[in-house]
Amino acid sequence: MQELQVIFSGIAQGCIYGLIALGFVLIYKATETVSFAQGELMMLGAFCGLACVSWLGLPYWLAIPAAMLAMAVLGWLTERVVIRPVLGQPAFSIVMLTIGIGYVARGLITMIPDIGTETLAFPVPYKDTVFNVGGVVLGATQVVVVLATAALSLLLFLVFRYSRVGIAMQAASQNQLAAYYMGIPVKRLNGMVWALAAAVAAVAGLLLAPITFVHANMGFIGLKAFPAAVVGGFGSLPGAIVGGVIIGVVEALSGFWLPEGFKDIAAYIVVLLMLVLKPNGLFGEKLRKKV
Amino acid sequence: MRFIFKTDYDQDIRIFKHGGHVFWYGLLLAFLVAAPWLIEEYWLAQMTFVMIYGVVGLGLMVLAGYTGLFSMGHAAFLGVGAYTEAVLAAKGWPFPVSLAVAAGLSAAVGAVVGLPALRVKGIYLGIATLSFGFIVEEGLARWESVTGGNAGMHVKAVNLFGLDTSSNEGFYGVCLVVTVLSTLAVINLLRSPTGRAFVAIRDSEISAQSMGIHLARYKTLSFMISAALAGVGGALYAHKLQFISPDQFNILQSVDLLLLVVIGGLGSVHGAFLGAIFLITMPQLISLGKDYLPAFIGQAPGLQGLVYGLVLIAFVMFEPMGLYGRWLKIRTWIQLFPFYRKGMFKRQKSFQKSDRLK
Repeated sequence: MQELQVIFSGIAQGCIYGLIALGFVLIYKATETVSFAQGELMMLGAFCGLACVSWLGLPYWLAIPAAMLAMAVLGWLTERVVIRPVLGQPAFSIVMLTIGIGYVARGLITMIPDIGTETLAFPVPYKDTVFNVGGVVLGATQVVVVLATAALSLLLFLVFRYSRVGIAMQAASQNQLAAYYMGIPVKRLNGMVWALAAAVAAVAGLLLAPITFVHANMGFIGLKAFPAAVVGGFGSLPGAIVGGVIIGVVEALSGFWLPEGFKDIAAYIVVLLMLVLKPNGLFGEKLRKKV
Repeated sequence: MRFIFKTDYDQDIRIFKHGGHVFWYGLLLAFLVAAPWLIEEYWLAQMTFVMIYGVVGLGLMVLAGYTGLFSMGHAAFLGVGAYTEAVLAAKGWPFPVSLAVAAGLSAAVGAVVGLPALRVKGIYLGIATLSFGFIVEEGLARWESVTGGNAGMHVKAVNLFGLDTSSNEGFYGVCLVVTVLSTLAVINLLRSPTGRAFVAIRDSEISAQSMGIHLARYKTLSFMISAALAGVGGALYAHKLQFISPDQFNILQSVDLLLLVVIGGLGSVHGAFLGAIFLITMPQLISLGKDYLPAFIGQAPGLQGLVYGLVLIAFVMFEPMGLYGRWLKIRTWIQLFPFYRKGMFKRQKSFQKSDRLK
């Protein structure tokens, strides 16, 4: 019974990893760049939500879309101002660029007087609700994480499957040049992908906020989302969520069974094994250049 | 403008291309040797740090700048070198021997990390090295019987066969010798067939392979050399700080090292040292500038991160060749005066090249 409890909290944590990984994968698929700022975007999203609830006095259910919208605008602006001018440069320059963006975001938040260095609680209406299902105690915060992740995944699936924009994004991610020739505005799409990724990050931040707390360094959790993205295969959207859940569960179980210390590095051991055994991940595509 | 009249193929691989090089680098070396008598102790300590980071930066430059493999966990090698040196120094081993062992052990670890590098590329390699860095950091923290765990451990002064190097000046001398030797080693490596093979791999793996370069061997070799240099730097770092703990070798240190090579200028030996100078002087410039800013900005704790981030973004966007690239432009401007044209170093716009098909 205790294992079930541990596994469930692992799944909930894994969903957070999965949501951040989803942001990586969205950006990677569409623009071939890896954003190391995704964790920081999540942190900014959590702060946005906090600002809406605490200072603007919005109700919780209104704060979510507000934070998502604000982050989407921020993501779009980031792409427009910083990423677009360096497209076509080696992939590593852009990785460094996103690391820089992460530094700036963390620095700016820390610089806000009285708030930046504090650890803040995020008030949610369901904070202390607990469900008891067959002897397993489920915290409402964790249940909400799982449900929201499922809902968001379904929504994204529908968007990518049926909407014009989603199909255009798929085309651009397969071959930018060909998509361009077909009349798809690839540049504008890139901006939209960044906005989408930032909005997803905001959701992750809002879901994580009640579980941990809101603070400037919460973005470091994004480093655990990389293993999630790799395990699922870097280019696969469902893979990101599945990979996140796998990482979350492995982490929770290794914290439960193995000696202290293994919990923190379980994710990295899993990803190293994955890279050695199956470098393309569970759902990854295998492509080779022909000479 | 200087025209070099080439009469011999050996001129292409000569370390000093012309008399000007001999003069300026000789002057630099003379200044560095005389520095303990010329400058204050504080600045001497800073120069020691610059040289230590310069050696580590050289290592990462070989890997990232010349072989095109990016390591996001280079602090792990630094840590392995530092802890090896600390443990051996405590046992009373002479410095040259323990330094060699530290470099060798780091190189062995580097070879292990290089293994996934043979299978994965680009961002996957970054994540593999990142993961490895975390695992090493945790390992250092948990292996308490040797490393002292999170409490850290003290490092004895350099044991150089009875010579006293515990003073600032003495240790500066040790660092200077090590730095000059490693720099010469790297320059020699880069003009040898091995170094050319690295560059070929960086520019295109497929064409390198077609030219008969054994990818697996050279990639592993690059990782080993890079890790060995990081280990040497780590050993000096441990002696300099006299106290090491696992959190000095975390992801932020790795990112700092990447920052060093990117800002210094990828693909140039000068860049490693320019980047090291940047990394060491930046916090001091920031603390100098603090006084001129309004209190709510100047005294805020996040200022350093913000400035680092902005500088990094600015370099990637406007000067991808780093500080060394900027120097090249200035030098060309002076040499060609007044005929410098604006577009001489213009970046070529290209379509996004897919990493997936490499």
